[in-house]
Amino acid sequence: MAAGAASGGSATTDTYKEARTWLLLPAWVTLCILILAPVLMMLVYSFLTKEFRGGVIWEFSLAAYDQFFFDRGLFGDDPPKIEWTYIAIFWRSIWQAGAATLLSLVIGFPTAYFIATRAENMRPVWVFLITIPYWVNLLIRTVSMKFLLRDQGPLNDFLINIGLIDSPLHIVNTNFAVQLGLFYSYLPFMVLPIYAAVERYNFNLSEAAADLYASKWTTLRRILLPAVKPGVIAGCILVFVPSMGSFLAPDLLGGAKNFMIGSLIEEQFKGNAGNWPFGAAASMILLTMVLIILMIFARQQAKAEKSGG
Amino acid sequence: MKSFMKNSAAAMALIIGANAAAAEGNLVLYHWFEYIPQDLIEKFTAETGINVTMDTFDSNEAMLASLKAGGIGTYDVSVPGDYMVSIMAGEGMLDTIADGELKNKGNIASEWADPSFDPGRKHSIPYQWGSTSFAVNRDVYSGDIQTTDILFNPPAELQGRINMLDSQGEVMAMAALHVGIPQCSNDREQLKALNAMLIEAKAHWASFNSDTAKEVLVSGDAAVGQIYDGFSAKAREEGANVEYAYPTQGYIAWMDNVVLLKDAPNRDSALKFMDFLLEPENIAAVTNYARYNAGVNGVEEFLDPELATQPEKNPHDKVGPGVFIEVCSQEVQAVYDQIWTNVKK
Repeated sequence: MAAGAASGGSATTDTYKEARTWLLLPAWVTLCILILAPVLMMLVYSFLTKEFRGGVIWEFSLAAYDQFFFDRGLFGDDPPKIEWTYIAIFWRSIWQAGAATLLSLVIGFPTAYFIATRAENMRPVWVFLITIPYWVNLLIRTVSMKFLLRDQGPLNDFLINIGLIDSPLHIVNTNFAVQLGLFYSYLPFMVLPIYAAVERYNFNLSEAAADLYASKWTTLRRILLPAVKPGVIAGCILVFVPSMGSFLAPDLLGGAKNFMIGSLIEEQFKGNAGNWPFGAAASMILLTMVLIILMIFARQQAKAEKSGG
Repeated sequence: MKSFMKNSAAAMALIIGANAAAAEGNLVLYHWFEYIPQDLIEKFTAETGINVTMDTFDSNEAMLASLKAGGIGTYDVSVPGDYMVSIMAGEGMLDTIADGELKNKGNIASEWADPSFDPGRKHSIPYQWGSTSFAVNRDVYSGDIQTTDILFNPPAELQGRINMLDSQGEVMAMAALHVGIPQCSNDREQLKALNAMLIEAKAHWASFNSDTAKEVLVSGDAAVGQIYDGFSAKAREEGANVEYAYPTQGYIAWMDNVVLLKDAPNRDSALKFMDFLLEPENIAAVTNYARYNAGVNGVEEFLDPELATQPEKNPHDKVGPGVFIEVCSQEVQAVYDQIWTNVKK
């Protein structure tokens, strides 16, 4: 992606050569102050000694990472075993975020396709409609979701009234509720990139495929999907990554019963534990994991582009 | 780059300076959610001309964390619970109120004038006191509720329908009462028993939530909720058929206090606000709103007469002791944190 941007910009390099440093300054400042500095601070904090009741002592320590990977029993003096607790929490987060991403894709792809195939002047209206609920604060939307799903809520009332079920479905405080919440929180991040990709797609190709006796399913699978794949991947990343670190949905819809990474980290700063280095270490491990996942995605995409082109 | 830094530093200083100038006649309050009537804040502003800005928190620990992470110097007063007052004083986060600075200090009721968590009331004044135990929906369960078994070893009707406060202190103190061990015990067998009991009990719990502790009872989402007495009274007044329990094993007693924070940007306003809350009429308005108890003399004539007969304030005669949450040593706290992670993992 970076290489593409650089080569695309080469034609204009000369025009702005003089002012280049100055024009790039805002980008660099933003990058350093808003992205690099906080991450570096987190990295440093994760290697410091924890202070009782929050805060850090400026002494090097590996205790945070040790706590993450080794189980030393309730009192901290058993011989170390592999600690599965936090790995399980990470695994749960990946699973929940993955399910939410899949759900977003299944609903988001047809939605994006629908919008992209409307008359050109109507498309902005549909995009606009998709974004309207997202003008409301995430917290409010998550709480509202809980009200809709609860045992005595409108969804269960409706299902009981039409006779589909006899007793209310228990959705709130389950993993499924968390997935629904994450799906709803991040759906536009799936719809918009796919929409952008499908809109650029040349529908003549589908027609050509049909002329050559490809079924609709084959056309979708072999012609449309490969063409809009970058949009789909971007959408999946944009939903998956924030879902992994989210803590509102697990707290409010999942009943805060099972930590996800986000709530585990939150607890280190806001809860009784007050273990800032451990919170920072867990954040660093999360960041590393996301980075690895993104790199795998990018690799595969590059490979696919090479073999495709 | 260097000149940019200089310029932005100058701009920053200007902004900060401007704020400080405008801050005369302001008060920045860091308070629990749903704990002070808006009318009372307006009354304070009308009487003194001081504008009040309020941020809220939902647990003592969350407040401590946010003050530690840079909130000191932003807020003037906060409202920590009893044990948190001693923690904050120990951390040097509280300013000292000199003798004679509060003209209404004499109004503090004698039993709250010299509490163990703030001897001589050097940093704090009473706000409200009450109890924490749990409320049970009587439409769902009609048996005996005066036992901590309701939370930790519930009958079949209540299993899976229990909301706990999302607060380690309150859950652990209640659990210690249930197991019958002292709070902050460092006895390994006792701690193991506490851990095992909580992990087993968790299977019966629906959720952990503090700020919707009342709503889940009113809506019927939970049939049992660990809750503060005044919140339980409000749930009942909002139509839930709930009864507040005073378990024979004991319950949690607490007192919230208004403290003067270190480096308060509006120290004078803060003292005026504390004096204001020591006027019986004003603190009685809080009590009428929050349904707890004031720690100030002379409030009786201003109180809602219903409060005196409120069932949540009148324990039965077999009630266990009311215990304040204790501050554990660092070693025991580390084990408590481990247990809490085991419960919530």
